[in-house]
Parts: sequence; structure tokens; C-alpha cells
Amino acid sequence: MTRYRDNPSALRSLVRGGEVHRDLYTSREIFELEMERLWHSAWVYVGHDSQVPAPGDYCTTEIAGQPLVMTRAADGEVRVLYNRCAHRGARIVSATAGNCGGVLRCPYHGWTYRLDGTLRTIPLKSGYANTDFEESPAARGLAAVAGLAVHRGFVFVRLSPNGPEFADYFGESLSSIDNMADRSPVGRLEIAGAPLRYLHDCNWKMFIENLNDTMHPMVAHESSAGTARELWKDQPPEAPKPMVIEQFLPFVSNYDFFDKMGVKIYDNGHSYTGVSFSIHSKYSSQPEYEAQMERAYGADRAHAILGEIRHNTVYYPSLTVKGAIQTIRVVRPIAVDRTLIESFTLRLVGAPDVLLERSVLYNRLINAPTSVVGHDDMHCYRSIQEGLAAEGNEWVSISRNYSRQSEERAIAGTYNGTSEISVRGQIRAWLAAMTADARVR
Amino acid sequence: MPQVASDHELVELVYTEARLIDEKRLEEWYDLYADDARYWIPLTRGQKSGLTENSLMYEDKLLLKVRVARLRNPHAYSQAQPSWCQHILQSPAIEDRGSLSGIAVLRTPFVYVESQRDSQHVYAGVAWHHLKRVDQRLAIALKKVELVNCEAALPSLQLFP
Repeated sequence: MTRYRDNPSALRSLVRGGEVHRDLYTSREIFELEMERLWHSAWVYVGHDSQVPAPGDYCTTEIAGQPLVMTRAADGEVRVLYNRCAHRGARIVSATAGNCGGVLRCPYHGWTYRLDGTLRTIPLKSGYANTDFEESPAARGLAAVAGLAVHRGFVFVRLSPNGPEFADYFGESLSSIDNMADRSPVGRLEIAGAPLRYLHDCNWKMFIENLNDTMHPMVAHESSAGTARELWKDQPPEAPKPMVIEQFLPFVSNYDFFDKMGVKIYDNGHSYTGVSFSIHSKYSSQPEYEAQMERAYGADRAHAILGEIRHNTVYYPSLTVKGAIQTIRVVRPIAVDRTLIESFTLRLVGAPDVLLERSVLYNRLINAPTSVVGHDDMHCYRSIQEGLAAEGNEWVSISRNYSRQSEERAIAGTYNGTSEISVRGQIRAWLAAMTADARVR
Repeated sequence: MPQVASDHELVELVYTEARLIDEKRLEEWYDLYADDARYWIPLTRGQKSGLTENSLMYEDKLLLKVRVARLRNPHAYSQAQPSWCQHILQSPAIEDRGSLSGIAVLRTPFVYVESQRDSQHVYAGVAWHHLKRVDQRLAIALKKVELVNCEAALPSLQLFP
């Protein structure tokens, strides 16, 4: 049954000012339409160019059901191609990452392609003489994605040929990626090793809507961060805090802390919390690193970079960034109630190893499938997935600090940190993409 | 240097460690670990470092204590319905009796089952125990758990393989 595919007004009726309908999280049809519409027209994060440092390097991923391969071509440029042989459709590469030498070779009939996807050789090509092969799609080689943009090493694609331009889509929100890269004395980041891969048996939006939800940490994480606080509470104030205590304690800060932190809203669903300060603000200083930054940038600029201590930035719908601690989380929806979250640690090129150790610790504490913080988040997401089946109320409330009057217009701006306006901003972008004219999409 | 412990003592500690987890005698389990111990589940095959590379766990005693105490906390919501686990161990092989280093090394292939209400997940791998004497007592200096599917996307893994 298709209730929504050809019915934009039915889609619009799912979103009211302070509420959204549960079908956003539970309907298989909505999920399919999201993949076709939102996830095809949005700029979606693929990977970081440090994952393919040399010509011939590749890594694979899947976005909105599309098998993709990111390569470093002979000209040194990053390409993103559909991982599908032009001949009979086999995936060209199967490993998650590797180096293919100079050519991509299909494991089935041995067709080969250059790293930019163009067709190179076909065994016994004479068999295609006097056929219409040269006019067929097969002759064009591996298809490239419609849109590709690389910003400070972060590779994004837009699968649809239609949709917003990269710079318009992200606008000023790219400042969070810039700040993370600027934290390297040479302005460069590298992915450090394998990602933590956590299977979430919930809708993808529950994860991404939680990233700038600041009303849950003191409740959901009381048993983990609160336990760490209990174990530490008898220590004298001057006792040096282990890194793990520094990282855990701010999670159970009070409501006032999270409210004053502030949230910044951009167009198209992007946002960040931690406008004034964040849970990362009180980490111990790293004098060697700070001196290095001052040498690289000059004191004023170095202090400005290190003084920007944001919490989470959401690059809707596929990426969240924590610049102050150099970790990113990548959202890969699998089904309406199944989502893979891959969390990467980044190394600040040129910075001392202690910063990498801090990032590795944070990523593991929060994002691993073995994380006691993650377990309680995951439990809440799954509880929502099951709870939404309940009859009697079909609506999910997102109305904290909602103002009908002011939110009829654009909502970009800065708000109090405990507002649910970041969720409303995401839903606004969601509805626009879901109901856009196909030619725009 | 004298032998760290008799072969029997070394092997028994590996069995005891698994049993204390399975029976959720976690405070007793915690006490098996030396003060500077690590409980490590690498994320990749042949991983060199727990400090500069992502791991599933790389817990010092403070982090182990947080985990044990949290499981007793009524607000540990993911454990409102408690998880239970069962280790099935192959006979531990003594790889090194530690007569030179003071650290004995045992290798134990295992199957680990973790269950919560209607869901059950099966893991397999090899556990490495590094054991040493601390004040006459035999203690765990390092437990390294190499899961065969360490690189897979995993659901919540809530207890201790």
C-alpha cells in the first residue's frame, strides 16, 4: 500500500508545529521514500580522503542502498563511483578497503576500468564488433555519482543530479569541520584506524535527533557518568583527574549548564550545541600542543581556534562531528528500524600523541557497542521504536521552547541549549526534501 | 626467578575468572585484577595499541569499577531486563610460565554467549591471560580478548567476554 508516495499533502500532515507523527519512525514506506528523496538529494558523507592516500587506494560503503567505492585516481583526485560492473552488474571491489594497483578489475569476466571509472579493457573484445556496444551504457564504464565535494578532506556526495549546491546546503555550518581541521598545527586531519561499528535496532532519526538533545544526559547517563562521579567524589579538588573522569563527569552536569551551552541552528537541518562552552571545555590543558599551535598560527588565532569548543555538530542527515575531541559519527540507515553507526577517531596531523589518546578514549567511552553510555542511549532508542506502536497517541512531541509565531519563518540563529529546536530544524529539512518537486529533488 | 605459580593454579585462575563473570560475582571478579591491569578487547586483528587505536574495551581498574558499580545501579536502564552470559572455555594452554619475566601467559579459545530476554548473541575468540604474583597472590595483569568478529558491526555487548 502506498499512502505517501504520490501524496505530498499526506506527508505534510505528518508534521505539525510541535509534533511529528510516529510514521516518520515506523513506516516502511516512509523509510523507502526517505532513501529515494532525502538521502538522494542531500549531501551525504562518504569518507575522509586520508582513507585513500595513494593512487589505487579505495574504500567501499553503502548509502541509501547504493553500493559505492571511493578511489584515489591517477591524477591524485578523489572519485566516488557506483561499485557495479558496467557489464553484468557484479560489485567491482568487495573488500572494505585496499589498493587495486592502477586498475579496477571485475572478478567475474575480467573487465577492467581506470581509477576514474572509464572502461579500459574487455577480454576478447572482438566479440562486440558490429554490435551496438559503443552506444550502450556498458561502454561508458563505471558510473560516477552526480555530485562530489571535498571540504578539508571530508568527502560528500549528492546521488541525485538535482538538489542544492554543496556550499548552499551546508553554509556556515562547515565552520565546525574547519575548526576541527584547524586544531592540527598543519591544518590537516587523518582517520586513525578502524571505526567502532555499533548496530542500532532503531530508526536512524532517533540517533541523529539525540545528538543535540541536551535534556537526556543527566537522566539516561546517570548510571554511567553518575557512577564515575560517585567513585571520584571523595577525592580532594586538587587531585589530578584521570582523563576518563574528565570525560565522564560533564555528562551529568545540571540543566542550567546544558541550557546556557546554547544551540546554533542553520538551514537544511544542520545545527550545533555548545555555542558558549561545552562538556569538553574543562579538559586539562596540553602545554606542548598549545605552544605548537601558537607557533603555527600566532597567539591570537591559536587561542581563537582552541577557544571554540563545540559539543555536537549535526550535518544532516548523515554525519555528526565533535571538533573539540576529534571524533565523528556516520549514520548509515539499513531499514526502518535498523541503523549502523560508525564512529571514527581522527588524528590531528603534527600534534602530540596525547591528543590522539584522548580522542581514542572518548570514542570508546561513548560510541563503542561495549560503551555503558551507548548502552543506555541504545536502550532508549529501542524503547521508542517499540513504544511508538502504542495506540492512544500517534504523535511525538518536539515542542520544548516552540513558538508558533516565530517559527513560521526561517529559524536559523542561536537559542537556549535545552530547546528542541534542533529537532524541529531537522524535521523541517526532512519535510522539504520529502515533498520537493522531483525536478528539484 | 621462581615459577609464577603451579600449572594447576594458573589454569584454575582462568576458569575462576570466567565463572565469576557468568555468576555475576563481579566484585570478586574485579579483585582478581592487579591494580595496573588492563581488560582489552581489540577492534582489529593484530592490533598493536589500545592507547592510540580504537578498541572495543581497553579498561583500567577505574573503568572496570565503573562498569561493575553501574550494573548494581537501579538506573542502569539498559539492564532493567538483566543480561546474562555464559563462557565455554577450551582447556587453557600455558604459553609461557613466566620464569624469566614474572608474567605467565595463557591462551584460551572460547565461546561466549550473551543473552537478554528473547535475544541471544554468540561470540567466539581467544582469550589471553597475563598472570603475575602480587603480594603472594596470583593476579591478572592483562586479559586480552580477541573476538573472531572484532571488526563486525555489533549490537550492544553489555557484559564481559
